[in-house]
Amino acid sequence: MTVAVIGASMTKFGERDAWIRELIAQAGEAALDDAGVEPADVDHLYVSNMASGEFEGQGGIMNALAHDLGLMPAYSERVDQTSSSGGAGIYEAWQSIASGASDMTLLVGGEKMTHRSTAESTDIIASITHPAEYKHGLTLPSFAGMTARHYLERFDAPRDSLAKVAVKNHKNGVDNPHAQFRKEIDEETALESPIVADPLRLYDFCPITDGSSGLVFTTEEKAKEITDDYAVVSGIAGATDTHVVHERDDPTVMGGVVDSSDMAYEMAGIGPDDIDVAELHDMFTILEFLQMEGCGFAEHGEAWKQVEQGRTEKDGELPINTSGGLKSKGHPLGASGVAQGYEIYKQLVGEAGPRQVEADTGLACNVGGFGNCVITTIMEAR
Amino acid sequence: MSFDAHVCENGHVTYPGHTLCPECGAKQTETLDLSGRTGEVVTWTKSTATPPGVRAPNTIAIVQFDLGGEDLTDDYVRAVGQVTTEAVETGDAVEPVYAEELRDPEAGIKVPESQEWDGYRFESV
Repeated sequence: MTVAVIGASMTKFGERDAWIRELIAQAGEAALDDAGVEPADVDHLYVSNMASGEFEGQGGIMNALAHDLGLMPAYSERVDQTSSSGGAGIYEAWQSIASGASDMTLLVGGEKMTHRSTAESTDIIASITHPAEYKHGLTLPSFAGMTARHYLERFDAPRDSLAKVAVKNHKNGVDNPHAQFRKEIDEETALESPIVADPLRLYDFCPITDGSSGLVFTTEEKAKEITDDYAVVSGIAGATDTHVVHERDDPTVMGGVVDSSDMAYEMAGIGPDDIDVAELHDMFTILEFLQMEGCGFAEHGEAWKQVEQGRTEKDGELPINTSGGLKSKGHPLGASGVAQGYEIYKQLVGEAGPRQVEADTGLACNVGGFGNCVITTIMEAR
Repeated sequence: MSFDAHVCENGHVTYPGHTLCPECGAKQTETLDLSGRTGEVVTWTKSTATPPGVRAPNTIAIVQFDLGGEDLTDDYVRAVGQVTTEAVETGDAVEPVYAEELRDPEAGIKVPESQEWDGYRFESV
């Protein structure tokens, strides 16, 4: 059964007064509105969220949301796959429709993080690491620092090329009314910002963010009855890589990106050259290189050249992170993968406003942990 | 205290150990003590944004230990850990040195009793 996306929403990302229940209720209501779907029509509800318990002490948010939106007796489930919870939610939602278990599925992703200090948030996120890593104080940013150093030294890539990713994504974020930062930066600012995990600096990292995003899924048959503008999920797959990061044979290859994108391409019957627009998980600037290479957009060790040549700019051959990416849009963990789907959907149905590019086929790559788990989704316009 | 890598029935080596070998699925039956050996820094970082209970800055390295001369399937095993000094470079030779407490068990999000907090740092040779 072909699965269609018929509506999407994204709340303002940034520092929000609202707590997790209110955030996800806002995105859920807005997604139903966008799709023109009544609460009573929803059969399944999935809530992507990494750590509402750890951040806020709030459990059971899928039941809270089902009640707050009047979705009963819809089946409800919380989906946690760390940073790729949103992508995993898309996978769950896709399965629910493709299997015939649900005719109408609402997916909402959300996270409330900014009430915690940076150190506390970093520790909550670092709790996903192996005890052998955690006891040394390793954090996700420190993995990024080690990977970036290895990449730059091995492939002789200039440090500036990482700054160019940050500059590009900040530039794109200016046109996104929901982005946390809507401010252009120059290379100098990025290169002179404070060191976080050498050689990476403040502007190589996404911020800590509150926010939520929603998507509505149904069968293509039903989508045609509801709207003329919809997209279909033509390929989707998830994969894992080693939990312990240093056990990978090549520190510059994220196996989960390679495997999930290979499977998604195979399912869609297309290849990397067919992708018109992509949302990549730029939690750290170096990850945009690793995913460009893992998804087949560039040869191993050469993504930085394409960034230098402007190929990934909004007016380039393959625009990457037209939304501003996690870098400027923000990274509310459970919401990020859903918001990637939001951007691809809006681009495909021609509703991306000033961010609009010409696109019939889009790809979203959502990375959990430091590449521990990855979901790649391919959508096509109809 | 030893710095144990784990070896499966088919000679694959991992640090840390796993219930089943990630390479072939066999049981890991032996250990290989990495203390007293010299390794080489593959890459490193100096982290200034550290979580509660972790020293700042925290210099960390991935270190590769050569196993080429031994009767094993893998040619090397890698480990990760704190470096004793702030200064280190890729390619440096380092050796493990024992530390009783790598971070403050009481300060982070983990239940202290659920983890071990001692281990080996790397020191330039």
